[in-house]
Amino acid sequence: MPIEIPTLNIAALTPFLAVTVTAFVVMFFELFVNDKRILGYLSLLGLAVAAISSVMLLGVSPAPAFQEMAISDGYALVLNLIFIVTAALSILISLSYLGDRALQRGEYYALLLFSTGGMMLMGAATDLIVVFMGLEIMSIALYVLAAFNRRKMGSGEAGMKYFILGAFASAFFLYGVALVYGATGSTNLSAIGNWFTSGGGDLTDPIALVGLSLLLVGFAFKIAAVPFQWWTPDVYQGAPTSVTAFMSVGAKAAGFAALVRLLMVSFGQAFTLDWQIAVAALAVVTMTGGNIAALAQKDIKRMLAFSSIAHAGYILVGVVPGTIDGVQAVLFYLMGYAFMNIGAFAVVAVLEHRVAISSAIEEYAGLAARKPLLAAAMLLFMVSLTGLPPFVGFWGKLYVFRAAVEANMSWLAVVGVINSAISAFYYLGVVVQMYMRPAAATEDGEEVVPISLSGPVTITLAVAVIITVILGIWPTPLVNLTSLAVFG
Amino acid sequence: MLQEFEFLGVLGAITLTIPVVTLIIAWLLRPKKPNPAKQETYESGIKTIGDTWVQFKAQYYIYAIIFVVFDIEAVFLFPFAVALRQLPLYSLIWAIVFIVLLFDGLLYGWRKGALHWN
Amino acid sequence: MMPIPLSWWLTVSAALFSIGVYGALSRKNAIGILMGIELVLNAVNINLVAFWRYIAPTDISGQVFAIIVITVAAAEAAVGLAIIIALYRRRQTAVVDDLDLLKN
Repeated sequence: MPIEIPTLNIAALTPFLAVTVTAFVVMFFELFVNDKRILGYLSLLGLAVAAISSVMLLGVSPAPAFQEMAISDGYALVLNLIFIVTAALSILISLSYLGDRALQRGEYYALLLFSTGGMMLMGAATDLIVVFMGLEIMSIALYVLAAFNRRKMGSGEAGMKYFILGAFASAFFLYGVALVYGATGSTNLSAIGNWFTSGGGDLTDPIALVGLSLLLVGFAFKIAAVPFQWWTPDVYQGAPTSVTAFMSVGAKAAGFAALVRLLMVSFGQAFTLDWQIAVAALAVVTMTGGNIAALAQKDIKRMLAFSSIAHAGYILVGVVPGTIDGVQAVLFYLMGYAFMNIGAFAVVAVLEHRVAISSAIEEYAGLAARKPLLAAAMLLFMVSLTGLPPFVGFWGKLYVFRAAVEANMSWLAVVGVINSAISAFYYLGVVVQMYMRPAAATEDGEEVVPISLSGPVTITLAVAVIITVILGIWPTPLVNLTSLAVFG
Repeated sequence: MLQEFEFLGVLGAITLTIPVVTLIIAWLLRPKKPNPAKQETYESGIKTIGDTWVQFKAQYYIYAIIFVVFDIEAVFLFPFAVALRQLPLYSLIWAIVFIVLLFDGLLYGWRKGALHWN
Repeated sequence: MMPIPLSWWLTVSAALFSIGVYGALSRKNAIGILMGIELVLNAVNINLVAFWRYIAPTDISGQVFAIIVITVAAAEAAVGLAIIIALYRRRQTAVVDDLDLLKN
């Protein structure tokens, strides 16, 4: 009896394939190419192909691929663009950052692309099996990237901590998947949804509820939500700054991508109330916990780590209402966050350049006098991260909080606004250091180390500044783009 | 439900019986002429030197890691092999793509010197 | 003939899960933690195959998922061991409590 092979519809996954194939090519050429920077630019080319194919697919009606394992709907494609932007900006930082530390290796770019591929798979997945595969492809590559700087002790430590806690979280996530499969009899997201709405599924089924909570634990770890955030500051501080920039946005966006689709498609209608309370609680403690911990930080990478936890909290506010407006606000936020946060890490990467300037915040004293443009860029990113107009961070917060207000959850928006006010203290603390404190007096014989900007990282900074400002003044293009993000 | 385990019990009994019977037959048939050299724990070869629990060379673990990865990937080929006769010919292409990707990994490991023992 | 009820499998799996979590939390050596995590993944596999057999025998996704979990677990272990070896060469330790460089 011959087995019929179903139509795979590989075209729907072109962006994912473009990225992974490029990764394999990069890995192959790593063996033969001496100037590894070429591999970085090759990776950018692969990302460009992925971006073009994503935009082209936006014009086509969404089609399921691989027997409804994945889909190329507007939601997945807009997310693809977020991941591509994140990866491209990070690669540009890496080209400078790795070059200065004699770390320029082809594997780095291959791993970064594999990780991006995993994120895309998480965005496009309509089956828990594919969600899990995407999660692992992304995470395993990130474990290695975090430990990439073998000469620095902290890097290996960051990789190890990330690996142990990440593998533990994946195991919990997986147990949750198994329980949901057992309760509903399917791993397909829509089939799970149907089981709850029309398939006679019991809304109080304990197996399904325990499964859902374990899934939430797994995702909360990946997006660094309190109380599953312990790893974040250590990993962000120890990992190479270019990697920190990449994972602070990419891994978070991918976690949200799969979480939102799961909550909306599988646990959408019948189940809303049950998870709304849990996610709202998660949002409140994440915002507050992240902001309060950030106040006490003396290292800028740790400060940005806690700030990224707080941002995960703001984004969760957009998830709570469970409306399509909320989802689109989340995507808007993530796209804006990609530019401003990677921009901030680019400044950190530049200043971390030489031995003299570490990542301690007090080392930023007097920066405005030494490098006015760089200080101005940092000022802009800090203000945008605080959420003040006229920068993209303001609109992100506005849309996310508006979604909460429209769903009659104004209290959540109020908590968010109060938290934004708290965050101003530590973001503006950096600005105060740069503009109002004099540089530490140099001792006799100690040379002031020049800060040099090399080409690629300057491009990242320029792009991040321009987009943060333009979208701040005129957010309509991004609003139009995210409005294409619907579930197919 | 215990009947389901009967089969396992019988299987276990048979697997235990066969080696025991073989050993008994060998014990009955073999000539018995002991001498000191035969009584040694390691009858052939030289005596062991030093502690048994030595630390392995780190390179050994790299071999082990590479082995584990490639060994496990074979699990994807088993279902394919079982269904091979019922599958259309072009499905073979996917198996070949899969093996080529594995080969890319092996080539990488080889060129990077992971298979080279110092 | 009475088949073994599903709950038996789930009990074995839950026990294995708990042992794995306990192992991962109580061990100080990174390799020991890794072994605990592997136990949890195997508990998942028992669950998946049992659920496939009892809940949805017509759809093979449970079996396929178990195979994927096995391979992913191997990949994860390989990467984890590689990181542990790299760190051991540098620090001469695989005990997680010794990893205390990163703090404020």
